[in-house]
Amino acid sequence: MSAYSITEPSKASKWVAGILVTLYMVITLLPLAWIISTGFKTGPDSISYPPKVIFSPSIEGYVNLFTDRTRATPEQLATMPPPDNFVDEIVQRRGEVVTGPSRFGERFLNSIIIGFGSTALSIVLGTLAAYAFSRFKVPLKDDLLFFILSTRMMPPIAVAIPIFLMYRQLGLSDTHLGMILLYTGVNISLAVWLLKGFIDEIPREYEEAALIDGYTRFQAFRKVVLPQAATGIASTAIFCLIFAWNEYAFAVLLTSGNAQTAPPFIPTIIGVGGQDWPAVAAGATLFLLPVMIFTILLRKHLLRGITFGAVRK
Amino acid sequence: MPDLPADTPVDRLARATPPTLARKVRGLSDRTIAWIFVAPTILLLLAINIFPLIWTIRLSFTNFRANRPNEPVEWVGLRNYQRILTDPDIWQTMQATAHFLFWTLFFQVLIGFTLAWLINRKFRGNDLMTTLIVIPMMLSPAVVGNFWTFLYQPQIGLINYAVEFVTGIPASSFTMLGSVSLAPWAIVIVDTWMWTPFVMLICLAGLRSIPDYIYEAAEVDRASKWRQFWTMTIPMVLPFLMLAVLFRGIENFKMFDLVVLLTGGGPGDTTLLSSIELKREAFEKWRTGYSSAYAIILFVTVFGLASIYVKALNKVKER
Repeated sequence: MSAYSITEPSKASKWVAGILVTLYMVITLLPLAWIISTGFKTGPDSISYPPKVIFSPSIEGYVNLFTDRTRATPEQLATMPPPDNFVDEIVQRRGEVVTGPSRFGERFLNSIIIGFGSTALSIVLGTLAAYAFSRFKVPLKDDLLFFILSTRMMPPIAVAIPIFLMYRQLGLSDTHLGMILLYTGVNISLAVWLLKGFIDEIPREYEEAALIDGYTRFQAFRKVVLPQAATGIASTAIFCLIFAWNEYAFAVLLTSGNAQTAPPFIPTIIGVGGQDWPAVAAGATLFLLPVMIFTILLRKHLLRGITFGAVRK
Repeated sequence: MPDLPADTPVDRLARATPPTLARKVRGLSDRTIAWIFVAPTILLLLAINIFPLIWTIRLSFTNFRANRPNEPVEWVGLRNYQRILTDPDIWQTMQATAHFLFWTLFFQVLIGFTLAWLINRKFRGNDLMTTLIVIPMMLSPAVVGNFWTFLYQPQIGLINYAVEFVTGIPASSFTMLGSVSLAPWAIVIVDTWMWTPFVMLICLAGLRSIPDYIYEAAEVDRASKWRQFWTMTIPMVLPFLMLAVLFRGIENFKMFDLVVLLTGGGPGDTTLLSSIELKREAFEKWRTGYSSAYAIILFVTVFGLASIYVKALNKVKER
């Protein structure tokens, strides 16, 4: 037991607080648990009333997510060879046949390419600029935070109008490169600002020692500053990645086929007669899970990222 | 640097001079490096942020339509602005936006602060719970919003079932997203669910920044807990809380993805927030000039409100 402190909350108040927060946590995580569990339900189970909490799990949702199917009559099915894999088996049991892979894989891959591409570019450019802002006298340095905030005040749709026209002229509409540049442009000011905060915390003495030892400025940056800033760079990268990963407005307006990412695609997954909820939930689960894991990994720097470095804890 | 013959006395002197000079000879000067490092970022910001803004301002004075690029473009002066500011439909969307903004901020501050205050009791496992509670705000609003339409289904949805279970109101007797009176609240609920953790995290940082000795001093002075809360806790958390409101305010003023997937602006324009209206004008009706003017008006509004707010925030911080 630690020493008695008059400011330490009493045992009873800790208990009450713990119970209330646990209650909130359970309620707030219920929708997420529902997404994950719906992904493992069959179609009828997913829309049964009252909602089913206990059900026998099925991978039908995931099968539907990755395939395009069409209805087949029993006669047609009878003429077909017996299913030789679990996908055909699940689909044929419902009186359908697989006509090919769905677009989900492609869209997911687009999300990965665009997300990682723009993150890499933001981090490379952002680290260089942040170093310069942190160590040298650069004009406009003090206006940077306000500039970041003001670029975030423009509704994405407002930015999308001129970008749409510009990309049409340049042939960047619906391309991976176009989306990577756009997301980098949106992310870069945040990246620079966060990274500047991290680099500011590295004592200048390290570099100065390296410079005296005969390193050039660039060598000092590469061999002394970069390794020290690694954690900061990693957490900034995750923030950039999550933004690009989640972004919807630009994606839905500026891409249609080739470079469309998963967020505009998932809501369009439909089955026979309305949305195929197990498939939607399966897609959502695959799409959201990486972010959930990243959030847990990132918890120490979370506050700093979401407030653009304004609150550092 | 003038060229010097190798190994003159001057050269030997140069080697013996302080490292700054030597560095300048061997590597690039700091000034050059600063510019090389900053230039790509500046170029990108010009291309993706500044140039589009200038183009939008230009377009806002024309009657240009992006779906008919070959038609002659007319300069219409301030007519677009005039039409927007006198259009009752636009004011309707501003009202919907204000309703959304006010109530989401209200609930998020209320619940977010309460949660932070409870978590600050430092009960066992509070770190883990904080991390888990934060998860919703990191997720894709589009994907999550889409799934909430399922939770809100009148016949099969979890929310209606929960309401019936708790209050006894039959689950099939109301539709959260389809009813004119409930839909504006349905979107407030989802946004509050998603973003309360944001306010909570910032408040928690504020609460943790208050040093213990202040409370110890208050205890010695026999100030009541109630008094301590109002005269110490609240004023010291206020700058943090105001910062959270600023961020959430800006975000929710331009709210698009979550609400467009929940209601698409319906039913009957009751949840038609300004960003959704902007999207309809720009990318469905293709009135590019008109919607550019609307975009500029929205931008100036947020910018103006945020500037005033930041001034107030700085005053609170100084106290």
